[in-house]
Amino acid sequence: MIDFWNVLLDPDNSFLRLALYVGTLASLPFGIIGTYVVTRRISYLAGAIAHCVFGGIGAGLYIQIKLGITWFDPMYGAIAAALLAAIIIGLISLHAQQREDTVIGVLWAIGMAAGILFIDITPGYFDITSYLFGDILLISQSDLYLVIGLDILTALISILFFNKLFAVCFDEEFARLRGINADLFYILLLCLTSITVVLLVRMVGIIMVIALLTIPPAIAGIFAGKLWQMMALSSILCAVFTWSGLAVSYQFNLSSGPTIIMIAGITYLITLSTIKLKEIISNNLKSQ
Amino acid sequence: MCKERGRNRQGKFIVQKNIDVQLKNVFFSYNGAPILENVNLEIKYGAFAAIVGPNGGGKTTLLKLLLGLLKPDKGKVLILGKSPEKSRLRVGYMAQYAHLDLQFPVIVKDIVLMGRLGRSRLGWYSKADIKAAESSLAEVKLANYAGHRFSELSGGQRQRVLIARALCCDPELLLLDEPTANIDPQMGETLMEILQELNSRMTILLVSHDIGFVSQVVKSVICVNRQVLVHPTSSLNGMLIKEIYGGDFCMVRHDHSCSMKNHYHD
Repeated sequence: MIDFWNVLLDPDNSFLRLALYVGTLASLPFGIIGTYVVTRRISYLAGAIAHCVFGGIGAGLYIQIKLGITWFDPMYGAIAAALLAAIIIGLISLHAQQREDTVIGVLWAIGMAAGILFIDITPGYFDITSYLFGDILLISQSDLYLVIGLDILTALISILFFNKLFAVCFDEEFARLRGINADLFYILLLCLTSITVVLLVRMVGIIMVIALLTIPPAIAGIFAGKLWQMMALSSILCAVFTWSGLAVSYQFNLSSGPTIIMIAGITYLITLSTIKLKEIISNNLKSQ
Repeated sequence: MCKERGRNRQGKFIVQKNIDVQLKNVFFSYNGAPILENVNLEIKYGAFAAIVGPNGGGKTTLLKLLLGLLKPDKGKVLILGKSPEKSRLRVGYMAQYAHLDLQFPVIVKDIVLMGRLGRSRLGWYSKADIKAAESSLAEVKLANYAGHRFSELSGGQRQRVLIARALCCDPELLLLDEPTANIDPQMGETLMEILQELNSRMTILLVSHDIGFVSQVVKSVICVNRQVLVHPTSSLNGMLIKEIYGGDFCMVRHDHSCSMKNHYHD
């Protein structure tokens, strides 16, 4: 760990510092939004949004390179696609009479396919694995500003509308009966999820986004008694997973995204099995 | 109190004073299948009525029409003299706790406080709101459970928390969906006593499977089986109620057809 500190302080390793800053700052929106995604049970929708992001990245590359609009960073395409996907998926899940999951599964695949096709028709070679599995080298200064903006936005919205968002997640029907526009808050939640997902894609890639969004709240939910506690705890866990993932991946020369996910996933499984073991032991003691 | 409320409702919808719930020629179908046909219903202020009927007979649909969660194909629903949407904040609703996620990290007080949502723009709670939540919890005899996690409670306690939440809305009309489901009979009795007490200041309408028990407390019974018929139990004496409902579950459940002949109705 001391080695890692020295490495961090090395001026040559500014990319690692940047990744650490972004990862730490991003832990707040990840924890807050992840908690909503887990308690509202919309991780499947978040997965679909993440895969539509890939279509946006492809379109962004096409616009930037083929159409020659150089200022158009693929990141803008990603954000636009994510928001669009959030609204479409939100409307489908609110208004679809049946087979909602099928429609969302189709959008999921179309997002991916569109991304690949856009990259096909864009001249040049692109390493798509960095989008699929994350690459901290992709993290830029502008991501730092984006994450600070997202920090302020999610914190503001979740503090201002805390009670209403809680009500919509816990008991949507009752929230509606108290005059809350539940549909609007649902779409708002999906839009916030989509922006959060875009940031996560930089860190861990499209495929593993959902894991980092849901594992910290899943662990936090076991211990937290209130919603805000779950958010705080999952933010802390998210930061810890990011730090340890970056340190381990640097030390052993591994891909950072998968390392972060592996640490988070194993922690979750160990937590679950420890609780189960405790239950079994205390039951045995009682029966004796 | 009644007179005051009557005066307060001088809007254009008013047909009759002190009618809390009014359905006029209401039709509702789902995917082409008729659920409710030509329903006419009037429930006066201060009523304590139970909605009964066979499964699939339209009990839940009727409740959702009253709450404004469903819209009738034809006809008119008036709650407290206005459309269900407009009266929403004056109606308290208790759902069954079974549809809630028990893994959700939430304490009892925060659930009860939901009853005060919609009073402020952002949904923040004032000190008065917190006081109201505490007194609602006291009313259902759960004052000491405010800080407990919802998942730690027993079924009966959970159901009472949801009643407290409905009370926290400060309602004029209380709608309950099977308050005695999923709880033991003794707890059910306590629950009905609480409701009986509340009835002195609000109209109560509940959906029930358990009419044999409920009929001892309720003042009228609303039978729903595509059509709706009201039995004013107040005009029946205890013996008659027993004769009609006592122990005869098949009859109570309206597994026979609900014909006009063998029913009293307004």
